[in-house]
Amino acid sequence: MSYRISVANIERCIGCYSCMFACSRLRFGVVSMAKSAIQVKSAGGIERGFVVVVCRACVDPPCAKGCPTGALTPRPGGGVTLDESKCIGCKSCREACIVGAVVWDEESNLPIVCRYCGFCTKFCPHNVIVFEPIGRELVV
Amino acid sequence: MTDPSLYNVLYIDLTEGRYEVQERKDLFEKYLGGTGVAIKLLEEECPKGVDPLSPENPIIFAVGPLTGLYPLASKTVAMFKSPLTGNLGESHAGGRSAAAIRFAGYGAIVIKGASKTPVYISIYNDQVRIKDATALWGMRSSYAVGRVLREVEPGAGKRTIMRIGIAGENLVRYANVIVESYRHFGRLGLGAVFGSKRLKAVVVAGTRSVKVDDAKAYAKVYEEIYKEVVGTEVMSKYHVLGTAENVLPLNAIGALPTRNLMQTRFELAESISGELLAEKYLVRKIACTHCPIGCIHLASLRIAFAPGHEYETLIVPYDYEPIYALGSMLGIGSADGLLRLIEKVDGLGLDAISTGVAMAWATEAYQRGLITDKETMGLRPNWGEDVDVYIKMAERIARRANEFYSALADGVEVAASKYGGLDFALACGGNEVPGYHTGPAALVGFLTGMRHSHLDSAGYSIDQRALRALMTDEEMVRQLVEEERFRNVLTSLVVCLFARGIYKLERVAKALEPLGTKVSPEELLRLGAEIVRTKAAFKAREGYDPYRLRIAKRFLETPTPLGRLTEERIRNMIKMYVEKAGLSDVYAPSSRG
Ligand code: SF4
Ligand code: SF4
Ligand code: SF4
Ligand code: SF4
Repeated sequence: MSYRISVANIERCIGCYSCMFACSRLRFGVVSMAKSAIQVKSAGGIERGFVVVVCRACVDPPCAKGCPTGALTPRPGGGVTLDESKCIGCKSCREACIVGAVVWDEESNLPIVCRYCGFCTKFCPHNVIVFEPIGRELVV
Repeated sequence: MTDPSLYNVLYIDLTEGRYEVQERKDLFEKYLGGTGVAIKLLEEECPKGVDPLSPENPIIFAVGPLTGLYPLASKTVAMFKSPLTGNLGESHAGGRSAAAIRFAGYGAIVIKGASKTPVYISIYNDQVRIKDATALWGMRSSYAVGRVLREVEPGAGKRTIMRIGIAGENLVRYANVIVESYRHFGRLGLGAVFGSKRLKAVVVAGTRSVKVDDAKAYAKVYEEIYKEVVGTEVMSKYHVLGTAENVLPLNAIGALPTRNLMQTRFELAESISGELLAEKYLVRKIACTHCPIGCIHLASLRIAFAPGHEYETLIVPYDYEPIYALGSMLGIGSADGLLRLIEKVDGLGLDAISTGVAMAWATEAYQRGLITDKETMGLRPNWGEDVDVYIKMAERIARRANEFYSALADGVEVAASKYGGLDFALACGGNEVPGYHTGPAALVGFLTGMRHSHLDSAGYSIDQRALRALMTDEEMVRQLVEEERFRNVLTSLVVCLFARGIYKLERVAKALEPLGTKVSPEELLRLGAEIVRTKAAFKAREGYDPYRLRIAKRFLETPTPLGRLTEERIRNMIKMYVEKAGLSDVYAPSSRG
């Protein structure tokens, strides 16, 4: 069973960025708002709240199709896996993902894509994001 | 080793249009950051006796070693010489300001000089630009200024936009700086200092990463703190009703200043309570960056602006302090009216507490005939009767519409010195008082605290403890002193004071260790004491004298839940405070005869 992160209750998001800090802490061992596979943004003014962008784990991932070197390959069940050693930093994947879930790491010149580990969801105080099996939407 | 980006101090000179970065490891190693580093920078940068509204007065923003790294380390400390009190100006705000400064790669920002034309400062990592703000000057609402800057500046979602309203432009001595439309550097007039420099806004964003010494240990301490913040009762009240939950309990014990403190119970408290606002108006709760609590409560208010179901919707942040100052103090018991007034005062860039206290004094002065229609330009304030009177009054203060409003814009004490009514002009040390008539500890705290704020030493909670179990004056003062020292540690880190139950000194020491700083709880407390001393020395240098403070009669006449206070008792407690805080040499009465 493959899992992914689902943005289940966006209206409950308080914009604390705890999810982003969790991702950067776990994956990079640093504290950063840039180095995170999940991105929280203002929807434009306090009245509108927030937008959370994270990989949707597409079954036929456009980002992987756009990769000229095979660095990004489809994962069974949905989503992708990145082989950093093959990446040439062309940013085609970022272009291909229209939801904006490929984050660019300026320091390493590599894409940051979700690894579907679920760590970030443990730090969301309001169950905005949930870790769920693909194809079976959880009701929260 | 601490991530060295914290040591970077960005110095900006608006007169010369130049900036530079200096490494100030010396300051951050000794004073951690935040308030500790800021007061040292103020000492260095602010010449003795300068006019707070002259180019020589610096603006200092500082964050600390925990900023951005742990839950609730979410505040920025601003320091300057206050145009309201003439001595220490210190104000704290959250929003995204702290994380933005840290991830842009700085521990502090110092702004000196003054521009000839309106400008704003844009900081994006190491790009620092001073840009033209002519088109923003005079804009009707500080909200609109934010909307414009959101469009033209980079870093959406992670940046801070600090700006002033027209009150700051017109040098109202308690003008604030509004941050992200919902937080404020509220007190002591930072907005006027911005205005005096023709500085409309400061925008900061950053994309840097901060490294920790021991990533594993850091993650462990982080999770421990996170679990306690989210999973226990220590902080839940701040999320549920927010600080507005104080309205009813304070009213119940008779400590909610009402109608310029002629009363301490407001018969309409229910209708402006945290409970009512949550039930009928609350639409969203949001958080400062890296705070999983989210205490910021946003109300939605629908206003009909023309016949035929034409509505506009205002989103208004609310907290206990504006509810007190613009609600009960003015006798306003309608939530609709209160929210409209809060929105207006915020939009003008006025500090809610000072504005409310000033207008409450004006109402009483008008009723006693000290001022007339001539001074008020035809406005007839009569407590909650007509909210629009207060909306207009706030606008006239912000515009310094005539001599009277200009005096009010200089603070309630200035206005009362000129028109009479000092006995009921409710300022302590020149700063309009917060909303806690709880007893002697609160009042002594307002008079002695470094910022003359309820947040300095939290006398209101000491009073409330004394209500449950008898406490001597000496013990109260001891607690004030200890609390102030402890809080100066937290505001050096910089941790939100609402998280004081989480960040006990042992925990602070534990949180600092993975970042590369080894320090004991005892050392931290000593540091807190030293920072308080340094601030006291600055205050004394600029003329603050705890032995000559004016104590408005109204504080003494209106009984507190702990009974009526006497001047003798309060003065005696101030003396005790100076001794117990170890400030006898700093505040030596003999030295100024
Ligand atoms: S990165 Fe974008 S395109 Fe690729 S799988 Fe995720 S959502 Fe789909
Ligand atoms: S940036 Fe790397 S992963 Fe993305 S498309 Fe190019 S080579 Fe593939
Ligand atoms: S699931 Fe893992 S990799 Fe994906 S955003 Fe969350 S923490 Fe980052
Ligand atoms: S942790 Fe949850 S509430 Fe906080 S920003 Fe992320 S999604 Fe929003």
